[in-house]
Amino acid sequence: MIYFDNSATTKINSGVLDTYNKVSQNIWGNPSSLHQFGSEAHNLLTQSRMQIAKLLNVSPGEILFTSGGTEGDNWAIKGTAMIKRKFGNHIITTSVEHAAVHNPVEQLKKLGFEITYLPVDKNGRVSVEDLKKAIRPTTILVSIMAVNNEIGTIEPVKAIGELLKKYPKITYHIDAIQGVAKGLENIIFNDRVDLVSFSGHKFHAPRGTGFNYKRDGKKIAPLMAGGGQERGLRSGTENLPGIAAMAKAFRLVMTNEDEKVRHQRQIKSEIFNHIKKFPNVIIFSKNDDTFAPHILCFAIKGVRGETVVHAFEKYGIYISTTSACSSRDQSVTSTLSSMHVDSSIAEDAVRISLDENNTIEEAKKFNQVFDQLYQQFSKLS
Amino acid sequence: MVKEIYLDNAATTPISKEVLADMNDKLKNVYGNASTLYQLGRNSKRILDRSRHIIAQSINADDNEIVFTSGGTESDNTAIMQTALARKKLGNHIITTSIEHEAVLKPLKYLENHGFRVTYLPVDSKGNISLSDFKKALDDDTILVTIMTGNNEVGSRMPIHEIGEILKNHQAWFHTDAVQAYGLLDIDVKKDHIDMLSTSAHKLNGPKMVGFLYRRNGINYPSFIKGGDQESKRRAGTENVPGISGFATAVKNLPSTEKKHRQDVYYQYKKEIIDGLKKNQIDFEINGELNRHNLQHVFNIWIKGISTYVMQANLDLAGIAVSGGSACTAGSIAPSHVLTAMYGTKSPRISQSIRISFGRYTTESDIQFLIKNIAKIVKQIKKRKQEEV
Repeated sequence: MIYFDNSATTKINSGVLDTYNKVSQNIWGNPSSLHQFGSEAHNLLTQSRMQIAKLLNVSPGEILFTSGGTEGDNWAIKGTAMIKRKFGNHIITTSVEHAAVHNPVEQLKKLGFEITYLPVDKNGRVSVEDLKKAIRPTTILVSIMAVNNEIGTIEPVKAIGELLKKYPKITYHIDAIQGVAKGLENIIFNDRVDLVSFSGHKFHAPRGTGFNYKRDGKKIAPLMAGGGQERGLRSGTENLPGIAAMAKAFRLVMTNEDEKVRHQRQIKSEIFNHIKKFPNVIIFSKNDDTFAPHILCFAIKGVRGETVVHAFEKYGIYISTTSACSSRDQSVTSTLSSMHVDSSIAEDAVRISLDENNTIEEAKKFNQVFDQLYQQFSKLS
Repeated sequence: MVKEIYLDNAATTPISKEVLADMNDKLKNVYGNASTLYQLGRNSKRILDRSRHIIAQSINADDNEIVFTSGGTESDNTAIMQTALARKKLGNHIITTSIEHEAVLKPLKYLENHGFRVTYLPVDSKGNISLSDFKKALDDDTILVTIMTGNNEVGSRMPIHEIGEILKNHQAWFHTDAVQAYGLLDIDVKKDHIDMLSTSAHKLNGPKMVGFLYRRNGINYPSFIKGGDQESKRRAGTENVPGISGFATAVKNLPSTEKKHRQDVYYQYKKEIIDGLKKNQIDFEINGELNRHNLQHVFNIWIKGISTYVMQANLDLAGIAVSGGSACTAGSIAPSHVLTAMYGTKSPRISQSIRISFGRYTTESDIQFLIKNIAKIVKQIKKRKQEEV
């Protein structure tokens, strides 16, 4: 089996699963309890938080655990809107965000907020100039993804940070869910960012885990109100086995990051350089460092993406039609339509998404299968 | 070796071996994203569907009425905040009780600050609300009634069935926080006319960060966590398939007979503690009351003259974990709002009580060990006090 759908979800690492099991069996107390069971749990919670913070070079108090990326994005957006409503009602985001950003923003629109969706160029990238023009005195939030989940564009989040230095009151949120251990920490953790959302299951941690970075002192209202865990900012019994497992997964994925990025780029190049030779292939992702190393989105003209996915599946190769979260929905990918790709071509798009465990051999095997399938498809059309 | 005895199962429970084994199987073998098109994803979808069915049956709901969430807090927050959002045109009044969990009280506090009117029904010394108070509070502006099935600190049960009956002919939606009750009582959402119900897996030997919100068909509000189209567009976020499957396994292990059995066993534990403390001439009283009807896994007692903190710390040294109230008020030792509602701010009970809560792994000998140690601690403290005099 060749698993090339790591942007949808990743397989849990076996060492990470060990951690999950050990903590589940041995340190299952509620970290908020005052007895010994609780304090062991609390210590591990602190350790986990410290480890993640250290790897990102931020302070432990700036890491807040969530149930995952969707919650993290929803919280950043709604929590900012709730607390800053009296200062303004304008939010700037992009037309290519993941649904976990797009839909809460749409919900706020219904509640009277004004939204600017920045357009993108043919590479799916927003311009800092457009952002600058969009800023109003009432702007309270800029929310932008670091890496596009459908085609892999790296957005200019650092340059945006530079611009936003002139607007210190605007909360700056980055959705980094597709950008973990892809060599992008320096642009994501620029010196202006306020909030960053992460999802555990995208880096071999269990599902139901995630965290938000929140700059010290930045105000946000809680999304989940209740028992006051996470310093009152995220209530709900802490998922300690999940959190400890995620901290380990994060350490593992961040180890030798540069090498892993290079490795994924090589695999991507192997496929990119192969499929680009075919006349009916349109590639939406670029094979350079303006795009993430792990995502390759392309179309075989005249063949529906779904058909391509199923054809590869017969050979034990798992790829996807753009974003998993809307795969079951028949609507055309939003990133490609924002790039003004003709809808007949956008329907044909498929996405390969790699991780550090994929190999060049798998890419070669993919290319072989690709040749066969391409021929079959050509006969059909 | 110091024994370690865990009597804080209302805070959280250890995950059971069957649940962990099931989750390991799913974590290792079924990691497709349930929303993807290919086989790995379809396997995930199948497990999701099967789990949903098991859970729906457990409360006599339809499968499509179960929405998986990240736990009790999210379920409560969703039911309350989104009902308010969806129904503010119909009225601005909400009824609850003064002894709800913080996951209900905090969102209500937020709504109160934003123009909603909230009635907190009082409770008597047994932790019960009165139906006539409830009827008096209900008016044409009431859009939501949120009342817990059973209390997490004293185990008193709310008249859910009666409230459901009354609300049958009223516009208000009825939400119940069943986080503590779900593992011990048979709940039938149809018979009790419940519109929304919250649960959490880690209270019944399931995994943490998993729960569900039952939402009756016909109850519509915008989703709380927005994004992808998971959970029929009612709760976005990649489905936690291993966690959900583990939750279903935990539920499968709790058939009606098992729940009844546990209620009986825990009731006996309470009686043993009462007898044991009496035998040792400990001056104590039950907070709430001992009856067959209540949730039996929580037992709250006032040990006269000994502060919660001292008793809890001494028991902890002896290797016994109990709670001073609810764990969720995050490590705080602020007086319990439940005991305060029952006995008033001046009662010594609010600073001299402990909550003992039983679980699947609690044994007879744990109970004897607890009694022995409470007796020992009380005697030591009394002796020290006498020496000081």
